[in-house]
Amino acid sequence: MIELYVLLIAMLAAAIVAVEVKDLLAAAVAMGMVGFSVAILFIMVQAPDLAIVQVVVEILAVVFFAAVILRTTHTDTTVQLRITPRMILPAVLYGAFVLMFAVVVTHVLRELPAFGSPLMNVAGNYIAVGLKQTGAANLVTAVILDFRAYDTLGEAVVLFTAVVGVLTVVRQVGHRNTSKEEHS
Amino acid sequence: MRGMTVIVQTVARLVAGMLFLFGCYIVLHGHLTPGGGFAGGVLIAAAFILVSLAFGSVENVEQHRYTFSSVFESLGGLGFLAVGFAGYVAGHSFLTNIWSSVGRPLELVSAGTIPLANIAIAAKVGAGLFAIFLALGASRFVMKD
Amino acid sequence: MVPFIACLLLFLFGLYAVVLKRNLIKMIIGFSLMEYAVNLFFAFAGFKKGALAPIITDAGMAKNFVDPLPQALVLTSIVIGLATTALMLAFAMRIYEKYKTFDITEIRKLKG
Repeated sequence: MIELYVLLIAMLAAAIVAVEVKDLLAAAVAMGMVGFSVAILFIMVQAPDLAIVQVVVEILAVVFFAAVILRTTHTDTTVQLRITPRMILPAVLYGAFVLMFAVVVTHVLRELPAFGSPLMNVAGNYIAVGLKQTGAANLVTAVILDFRAYDTLGEAVVLFTAVVGVLTVVRQVGHRNTSKEEHS
Repeated sequence: MRGMTVIVQTVARLVAGMLFLFGCYIVLHGHLTPGGGFAGGVLIAAAFILVSLAFGSVENVEQHRYTFSSVFESLGGLGFLAVGFAGYVAGHSFLTNIWSSVGRPLELVSAGTIPLANIAIAAKVGAGLFAIFLALGASRFVMKD
Repeated sequence: MVPFIACLLLFLFGLYAVVLKRNLIKMIIGFSLMEYAVNLFFAFAGFKKGALAPIITDAGMAKNFVDPLPQALVLTSIVIGLATTALMLAFAMRIYEKYKTFDITEIRKLKG
């Protein structure tokens, strides 16, 4: 159990670095470390499917971030040490939200089942009849492609919409008549 | 988009084929071992992205790759819908697993429409993510300051 | 209890980056951290001490598995998180091309 806590602390430290550091490429790399820590935590809670998907998705996310950062700018020009009056209202609202969140969380975490003993009402039924009704030995695949296949259809639609959105936003229409030089 | 050095190109040439093969293995055995359509699809996209980054490309090749990946993504989406309609045509409701008694459990040919749905999902996810990478990393207009 | 609180702390770090930072890329990193935190919370909610991963390797094995239902929900959520992050990055790239900066106060000033 000690390695779980060490990984949680490493994940939080990398998250603080990713949010605060001035160089944007370093922030992308720190976010990669957060993602890998999440993948190892998935292995520790016995979820190998999620670990595989999290590792490859994290690699692709860092590649996308690096592609955008290397084409635009490396440094964050907004880091400053003065406190301007514009920053007071969002900070106060954020503090109020954190206090309210903490109160609600202490109530809710008392009602949840403890870490390590879930209720498993519906999942008990899926485990009992999974192999017989679907024929799949991987119960997570049986759940996402047989018992809950509509959710997978919704995910396919969301992914298609995101791809169409990216290709529409990035596409250039017609000729550009400004005097910028070509990027080869 | 420029290519990279000779070391990176040599390693990419050796590794990309293995990555693609491993991705196909994860997709096809999705009902027996951890993995499935999503993990394998993203891994196949990563193999294509590796080749594209290491060797670079010129403009008309990029357009060819856009078309290729959009065709595969549409085929993947239509394949998933066809699997769903197969259940509807056979008399049950939409997206039912209709051939689940073919073959014995714990073998490659089993679990009905689940491997077919895995292949369709892998094509869709892989081609979609490769198209997103081409749009973000290799499109023409953004200038460095 | 402690792993749940760590997930919620990660969520609050992401929310801090979205609300209080002025750089667009930092805001996108904040959104991504919030998504990781929620996925991790679901995976922790399904964990059962001393149980195995939900893969049947032998038809007659004793079925002491962790909960497969939160894992199935999180699996699609991870890929959707990548797709929305990519869409936000495409918008950020276009904004930089038009305004030459990622600072949101500058972007508000220069209209058109």
